[in-house]
This record gives sequence, structure tokens and C-alpha cells, in this order.
Amino acid sequence: MHEGSSALTLVLGGDPALYAIVGLSLFVSLTATACAAAVGLPLGALLALANFPGRALVTVTMNAFMGLPPVVVGLAVYLLLSRSGPLGFLGILFSPKAMIVAQAILVLPIMAALTRQTVEDFWAEYRDELTAMRVGPLGRVATLLWDARFSLTTTLLAGFGRAAAEVGTVMIVGGNIDGFTRTMTTAIALETSKGDLPLAIGLGLLLIGLIFLVNAAAWGVRRVGELRAG
Amino acid sequence: MRPPVSDLPLVLEDVSLLARDVTIVRDLTLTIGAGAPTVLVGPNGSGKSTLIRLAMGLIAPTSGRISWGGRGESDGRRRAMMFQRPVMLRRSASGNVAYALAAAGVGGDARPSRVAELLAQVGLAHVAERPARRLSGGEQQRLALARALARDPEILFLDEPTASLDPAATKAVEDIIRAVAQSGVKIVMATHDLGQARRLAGEIAFMLRGTVHACAEAERFFTAPATPEAAAFIRGDLVI
Amino acid sequence: MTTRRIFLAAALAVGLFAPALAQEKSIVVASTTSTQDSGLFGYLLPIFKQASGITVKVIAQGTGQALDTARRGDADVAFVHARAAEEKFVAEGAGVKRFPVMYNDFVLIGPKDDPAGIKGTKDIVAALKAIREKGAPFVSRGDRSGTHQAELALWKDAGIDIATAKGPWYRDIGQGMGAALNTASAMNAYVLSDRGTWISFKNRGDLVIAVEGDKRLFNQYGVILVNPAKHPNVKKEGGQAFIDWLISPTGQKAIADYKIDGQQLFFPNADVPGA
Repeated sequence: MHEGSSALTLVLGGDPALYAIVGLSLFVSLTATACAAAVGLPLGALLALANFPGRALVTVTMNAFMGLPPVVVGLAVYLLLSRSGPLGFLGILFSPKAMIVAQAILVLPIMAALTRQTVEDFWAEYRDELTAMRVGPLGRVATLLWDARFSLTTTLLAGFGRAAAEVGTVMIVGGNIDGFTRTMTTAIALETSKGDLPLAIGLGLLLIGLIFLVNAAAWGVRRVGELRAG
Repeated sequence: MRPPVSDLPLVLEDVSLLARDVTIVRDLTLTIGAGAPTVLVGPNGSGKSTLIRLAMGLIAPTSGRISWGGRGESDGRRRAMMFQRPVMLRRSASGNVAYALAAAGVGGDARPSRVAELLAQVGLAHVAERPARRLSGGEQQRLALARALARDPEILFLDEPTASLDPAATKAVEDIIRAVAQSGVKIVMATHDLGQARRLAGEIAFMLRGTVHACAEAERFFTAPATPEAAAFIRGDLVI
Repeated sequence: MTTRRIFLAAALAVGLFAPALAQEKSIVVASTTSTQDSGLFGYLLPIFKQASGITVKVIAQGTGQALDTARRGDADVAFVHARAAEEKFVAEGAGVKRFPVMYNDFVLIGPKDDPAGIKGTKDIVAALKAIREKGAPFVSRGDRSGTHQAELALWKDAGIDIATAKGPWYRDIGQGMGAALNTASAMNAYVLSDRGTWISFKNRGDLVIAVEGDKRLFNQYGVILVNPAKHPNVKKEGGQAFIDWLISPTGQKAIADYKIDGQQLFFPNADVPGA
């Protein structure tokens, strides 16, 4: 990125490096959120519906992991994916794939824990009807997740927000490689360390703006959906 | 095609249900046979809803025996229930009925026409695409009825189906129930509305304090009640 | 909808882990923050790519961390500036051979109002003694980087056992050069920096160069290929090509040509024996 430019000039001038960074940030965080949701939503629903010994412990653990420190997750994934580590043969360290994996792990507890809470509330309402209609366990999970979809958008946004905002994980497993694994957050960290604070702040505001846009889009989708389905 | 397995006669023998040291129903004995609707009447808290849930198979008794068509176990495929305050799924009216059909095992191709039939049967064809949660109370009750009928039930359980409805809506629901009964579906209904019992019943079971106090064919129950409590109830006294 | 989402995620997962369809030529170089923050790589790498077609992916960490990354086999080449650590790296078999590439020098940065009274001196050891005596605030990188190791060596030259002598004036932050300069700027403290990062640093506040020119502030950079015998995944052709280019006349000239505000930051010396 050009030295001394403000973030605004770079955006308006269509600076390719900046756009690449923005694109990568969105790609990594959105993909990570989608993967975490694919696992976390059904997991949370199952946890809400199933009754098994140790359920309380699993729930507490899941809730606690919502606060996993990103840098710790980054370090753990780094050790796993390092060539000297157990999954080194995959060769994905210092690539966007590793960043997606690490962020998905970071965000998964949020998905599962918040879904569990939402589905539990919905199950209390739906229990009689679904039991009377003799809906099986998988059907219950699918039905509750679908009917709770508007409440679950908040869960998805919470996960996305956490992923898009964190720097510790992607810095360690991505390496902040110029042109390959540099995201908005790692770029901000870099510009800060280079002393270009105005640019760093500008990028920060840009990042906040992007997150706001994603939330606004989700809100729009939710409103339209609610109006149509009640 | 499997030979039809019947859940009737539905027999409860000395059924009791305890929850946290509170006796909800005790020594409940009742035989529900095929034919005209069986209506459960009695004051609030007498155990009508609980009896229906037991007979439907939603809950298991603490003691006693329930048998469906002579069998202790039944998969409930041909039993359906409508709750006092039905919960609408967050989709359209036709979506709700389609869901019930799918849950009952009706294949995708057959569903659209069945949905249309059922909605017509309950008089909701004109609101098929409206979000179910935005229907009026009476419409929601009728939609719940359509969902229950989607199971092509042999027995249809109804728990206070018109308790929260205005007279017009009540009449609409009662008309449907009457038509369903006439088509051969066994109706088991709980109500605290004696007038409704009079209108719909073939057989009345009077419940008091968790057990069946009296059971008779409708006309005889109302003209010659078997117990003083039943007589008091019919008169309109508070029976404690 | 859930079913669709599950399929999408599964497809993504398969796509993520399928081997890359087009193997672009690239290598991973573990290097220091000074080479990144000064902008040298931003200047050099496109030239190298033009010449060789190889994309260089740089992980900028402190020297200590960079050598660890290389030791683990997560990089193909290490490009750092701590000769003792580099030689140890080769001696233990983690690297193939060390090649000197370029040098610059360290400068002692300090606040304009010079609380330790050392501005203008050319004796770094005397300056450090003065800082310690006056208890003037001093920021240390504390991250086993080349700069940090050089700083520790200078304390030793001054006869100060910094581990025991440090007091609240000694701020050990455990971060890179940029962060150290930011912290020194905010605290109005002294800090040892490489000249390259200092010249390109933008948040100087009241900081100026306090001490420079001492021979002991010489800062040599070396480049090492990670040993493919230890880590078969190392891209040894690409890595060696990068090293060969750096020490070639073309590469050396490119390094000399990198300037900020007309000032040359790094001085090529691959041809100097014993560098």
C-alpha cells in the first residue's frame, strides 16, 4: 500500500493491495463463520434436545470456550499445522486455509453455545406439537433450527464479528504475508508497528464500516424474511 | 399395503400419574371404543388434559396399564392431537400443513393436493400463503385441526379446542369436528363447556379430582347423572 | 435451508483441502521485522519475481522466532541478523550454509531533551552506562531478535549485567522494532534500533538519533537455506535460487539501490569474507 496515503484515498483510488486485503478478510471470516455454523448449529441444537450424563459439564465448557483467547487458538493451530506437527503433511500453514480453520475453531463455541440457548427456548414452545406429530430427533433439530432462523442470525453475526475483529489467530497461523495472508486486522497491526498511525486508524474505521455493512445486510435479510414468514 | 392395525379400543386400567409427590390422576379406568365422540367434562384441574396426554401416548403413567387395540405398545401413527393453545410453525398456513403431512410420512408428490384438500376442509383455503402466526385465534385453531387431520388419524384428541374462541369461531370449529366424526374418525375431546359437550358428545366421561367419576352415553348423563357430584356439575355448581 | 448450508460447508471443506490445482512457484522466507518494516522486501521481491518467476512469501518475525520457524520446517529460507544464532543454526544441522548478504548499523534513538546527556557521543558503551546510571527510560525489544541480541551484547560490553541491573527504567516489551519505537516515542525513552526501520518509521514524536557511528553498532545480515535433509518439504531449488540472487551482483546492486528520502538503508557485502 502506498506510504503516507490515507485509508480513504486508497479506497476511493481503488488501490489493489487494499482491496485484496479487504477481500481476504471477508473471505476468511465469512468462510470460517459458515464452517463453524455448519457444525455448531446442529451441535448446539442437539445439546439443547438431548439428555445425557455430563450434559451440564459440556454446556458449561461450551459457554466458557466462547471466550477462548484468539492468540491461544492461533498458537494451538500453529503447532498442529507446523511441518513438525501432527498435521504438517497438509502443508497449509501460512495460508488462508489455515486462517479459516483457526477462526472456525475460535468461533465454533459461540455458534454452539448461543444456538443451544435459542433452541432450548424454542423447544420449550414446540415440544408438545413436535412430540404429538411424532417428529424424530433429526427432524426436531432441523425444524427448530429453521424456525429459530431469525434469532440464529444474531448468533451468526456474533460469530462473524468475533472472527472479523480478531488479529491474534490469523497473525500466528497466517504470518501476515504481504499479498497472501494479510488481512485488515494484521494490516492494522503492521501499519501501527511501522508508526503510520493515521493509516492504521483509517483501516480500522474501514474494518468497522465493513462489519457494520455485513450486519446491516443481515438485518435486511431478516426483516424481509420476517415480513414474509411471520 | 400393511393390514390396518387399530388403536381401538383404547383401554386405561387403574392408571395413576404422580409428579413430584403430587397425584395428578389416580386409579383412572376408562375404555374408549369406536363410534361417536367421547367427551371428557369436569372442573379445571380434574385431569382431563392429563388423561388425553396419557391416551395419546405423550406421557407414560406411573402405574397402571394403557393398551391400544389390545397392545401395550403402539407407535401412534394413527393418533393425532390438537392442543388448547396450538403452536404455529414459523411458516405459511400451507407450510404448516405440509410439515404435518411430511411428518406423517406422506411423500412429496402427494403433498400439495393433500394440503389443498385439508385447508379446504377447515375453511382456510383463502389464507393458504399467509404466515400462520398472523392468523386469528380461530384460524390458528382450525389450522391446528388441519395439521392433526393430516395424519389421517383413527383417533383425534382435542384438548379444549375452543376455550379461547369467540362464538362464531367456536361454531366453525365445532362444525368441522362434527363432520370429521361423521367421516369415521374417533373423537376424544376435553371441554369445560357443557353446552359444547351436549352438542358434540356421543359419550360423556365426567372427571373429578383426577379420576373418572361417571361415564355414560350423553343423553343418559345429562338426564340421569349417576352421582351427586355429576348432577351438581351439570347444574352449574362449583364442584370441589 | 440447514441441509443446503451443510452441503455448502462440506463442499468448502473438500475444496479447502484438495491439493492446489496450479502449483505456483513460491517459497517461504522467515525474516526479521527490520527487513519488512523498512520496506526493503517490498522493493526487492518484485525484482526477484521478475527475474525468476518465484513468489517470495515473507513471514516477518524477530530473528529468534524466525530461526525457530525455520527449525520447524515451516520456512524454506531464513534471512536474519544475529550471526552467533545463525552459526549455531547451521552447526546444529538445521541450516545448510550461512551467506552474508548486507549490513546496516544500529542507532541509539532517544528523546530530544536527552535525559542521560549522551547526545552526539560516538561511544555506545559509555552511553549505555550513562543511561543506566541516570536511570533514564530505556525500551528493550526483549524478543530474542537480532536487535535484542545486539542490545544484550552491548550491555555486556559495558560491563553491566542487565538481568540484575535492570530497574523500572528498563522496559522490556517483547515485541518487534516498530512496536518498540512506538513505545519509546510514547514514553520518551531510549531504544536501540536498526537504521533502516528508523528511517522509515513515521511516529517519531520527540525521538531523534542519540548515538551513531560506533563500530560496535555494526549489524550484519545473513541468509541460510533450511536443511532439506531434515525437512524434505523444503523447496531447495527455489530457496537456493533466492539466496544465489541475493548474493549475486544483480541482487547486491538492488539492495544498494533501495533508498528512502535519498538515504541508502542497507549496504551489500556478500563479497566480504568473514562478514
